[in-house]
Amino acid sequence: MSEDAVIGLLVATVQFATLVYLAGLGELIAERSGVLNLGVEGMMAMGAVTGFMAAIATGRPWVGFAVAALVGMATAGVHAVVSVIMGAGQVVSGLAITIGGLGFAAFIGQDAVRERADAVFTDLGIIGLADIPWAGPILFDQPPVVYLAGVLGVAAWFVLSRTRLGLALRAVGESASTTDSVGHSVTLLRTSAVLVGGAFAGAAGSFLSLYMAAGWTEGLIAGRGWIAVALVIFGAWRPGRLAAGSLLFGFTLALQPRVQTFDLTIFGLEVNTISPALLGILPFLLTVVVLIAISFRARHRPSPAPAALTLPYRREER
Amino acid sequence: MSDPGDAAVSPGSGDGRVVVDLRGIRKEFPGVVACDDANLTVRAGTIHALLGENGAGKTSLVNVLGGVYLPDDGEIWVHGRQRQFHSPADAIAAGIGMVHQEFRLVPTLTVFENVVLGSAPRYLDMGQIIERVAHLAATYSLQTDPSRPVWQLSVGERQRVEILKALWRDADVLVLDEPTAVLTPAEAADLGLTLRSMADRGRSVIYISHKLDEVLSVCDEATVLRNGVTVAQPRSLAGIDRSDLAEMMVGEAAAEIQRPTDQPSGDVVLALEGVSALSDRGLPALHSVDIDVRAGEIVGVAGVSGNGQRELAEAIAGLRPTTAGTMQLEEADITGASPRARSRAGLAYVPEDRLGVGLAPTMSVVDNAVVRSYRSMRRRMMLDLRRCEDFCRRLVERFGVQVGRVHEPVSALSGGNLQRLLLGRELTGEPKVLVAAQPTRGLDVAGIAAIQSQIVAQRAAGVGVLLISEDLDELLALSDRLIVMYEGEVAARMDPTQVTRAEVGAAMAGTAQA
Repeated sequence: MSEDAVIGLLVATVQFATLVYLAGLGELIAERSGVLNLGVEGMMAMGAVTGFMAAIATGRPWVGFAVAALVGMATAGVHAVVSVIMGAGQVVSGLAITIGGLGFAAFIGQDAVRERADAVFTDLGIIGLADIPWAGPILFDQPPVVYLAGVLGVAAWFVLSRTRLGLALRAVGESASTTDSVGHSVTLLRTSAVLVGGAFAGAAGSFLSLYMAAGWTEGLIAGRGWIAVALVIFGAWRPGRLAAGSLLFGFTLALQPRVQTFDLTIFGLEVNTISPALLGILPFLLTVVVLIAISFRARHRPSPAPAALTLPYRREER
Repeated sequence: MSDPGDAAVSPGSGDGRVVVDLRGIRKEFPGVVACDDANLTVRAGTIHALLGENGAGKTSLVNVLGGVYLPDDGEIWVHGRQRQFHSPADAIAAGIGMVHQEFRLVPTLTVFENVVLGSAPRYLDMGQIIERVAHLAATYSLQTDPSRPVWQLSVGERQRVEILKALWRDADVLVLDEPTAVLTPAEAADLGLTLRSMADRGRSVIYISHKLDEVLSVCDEATVLRNGVTVAQPRSLAGIDRSDLAEMMVGEAAAEIQRPTDQPSGDVVLALEGVSALSDRGLPALHSVDIDVRAGEIVGVAGVSGNGQRELAEAIAGLRPTTAGTMQLEEADITGASPRARSRAGLAYVPEDRLGVGLAPTMSVVDNAVVRSYRSMRRRMMLDLRRCEDFCRRLVERFGVQVGRVHEPVSALSGGNLQRLLLGRELTGEPKVLVAAQPTRGLDVAGIAAIQSQIVAQRAAGVGVLLISEDLDELLALSDRLIVMYEGEVAARMDPTQVTRAEVGAAMAGTAQA
């Protein structure tokens, strides 16, 4: 197995990790506020197609990226209105976002399918570092979105754990009535968290269409939104563990299309005989393992899941 | 409170300035008038008792003051200005700090995070905030570790966190709703000292309770509510004694609970030997408990809440695994049996949480009535709905449950009717043993009387009853034998006709020998 193939695998790992990390971070923020949004897949599709079209129209990938974030936010707004403001079931509303978002994205993207993308993100090539063997291409010659995702991750950690806003957000995800009783607006906090989550998902979608695939086709998201949802559980609702999990999930995603070309034997197993379909379920399998581990550990201490997750809140119920 | 006397006459450091004045408050809920012309006047630097029986409107009145409920009528004056509280935030801003009966704490957050939640600085400088919280706690002798997560704390510590929350917001009126209901006597005494030190610094405390001795030892002034109306507002509690307060609360002399006539008890129907179990948090909650209940007797279980009574009831019902010991129901060993097997063996169980564990809130009266015996109402694979309805109607009639339609959800019923329905359901099929946890808590006078007479009737019918209650008067009046639980153990076994309340109280506090 050649050095180039391994480097290629690791470069792709970082990019897939970025993709699911961005979307997962948004979902994490929404879930920490107590709102499960199963619409990640749909919001990513909406972001991917609108971001791509905006980038073609303006010739600027950053415009596409920003439009994707705004459209993701608007899509999430539907979820916020239905599940936070009107207090309807979060699961149903989220699934509707996914199904509707995928369909609507396919509809408005019909003409974009044939477009060739010239306005896409290019690798940053950090001067002096990009030429280092191995680390150069993997860490220092990536598109800017990769670094942005890192910055956003640190920012999200800081806001959640070190600011008044983060404290209120964590509290509202644990107990809405408590948070209400100390004067924070439950609706405002949760709506904002869902909207921010949508922006992250939309932006993640555009990273696919504006860089990784450099184009739009129906089915482009291909279940990565669901992987992001699973990743939040895998990461136990913490930004740091989410980052670690995204690298692991990113690795399986990067390995999937490449595995059959690898001429490598590990413990007598020829790697190229592993089915890519089997690799595809690995993130979900790992998530189930984590869920089981949590349930074993959670006997005597609170679960890492926000206690008020999926519970709508209404005031003055006696 | 263990420290009576000194505070009863001290007027506090108040200058007589009125801080809170509620005038003619009315608050109605569907079918219930909680407050009707309720008045409350609280002066600076005093501890003000708000007295009344269960359902007298105490909690509703302070919830109006706390911005939780919008009053239907009446005026709220705070610091000489009339206010409209549309939310708890408005009340907090006006300096009202509430400590509710159910704590409003986030278990996964730390003490200091809970304290500052809602009025934290924009950036959380951990070191600095922890120091400030610790300093505030020390000022009012509230012992706590600011960086521990709340789920690890005892009930008493959680209450201190609630008080710290109010102090952090610089509340000059602190409202405590039945603060000692969940405390040990020692913790209650500490709380009294903390409240006094707050009053000495010019703050005011509104202290809701129906424990009269405690009120007399802790409070300076009082307001008495009866059926939502303010009936007395003594400016000083000096020279007032228990019976005066009791008379104000009840109006006329309270109906005495009739002691059931003596009868010989039969064989042992429920035998617990060396039963141990863990609490929800995985800590030992029951240590090798031995209890025998004979047919035709009522065994009362007393104790400050949180000393293993709930775990005991759940262990007997089969809802909590035991870690040691055996349980026998008549001849059958039920130690590891499922709840259904126990119920078939003749166990009836009235849980403490009647709307949640006992009944399914959103299901109808019929469905709730038949969940225990629906198997006998089948026609082939289907439920015979007419038989279910007939069964339910008979049950409703026999136990005097007041329902509108039997197909409406049980959550629409009042507490007393819920309990009648639940007890009635459990008593169908002639049980051998009845385990009732807090069966009369929170009920009105008529409801209490109905439930107690049912329990006595079961005793007469030869059922062995284990009655777990926090109402000492009820236990002393109804029980043939009395067991006192302390820290998960049987601390004392007493003859209810031979002991005084004080002796039982001492055993509940863990200061008497078994």
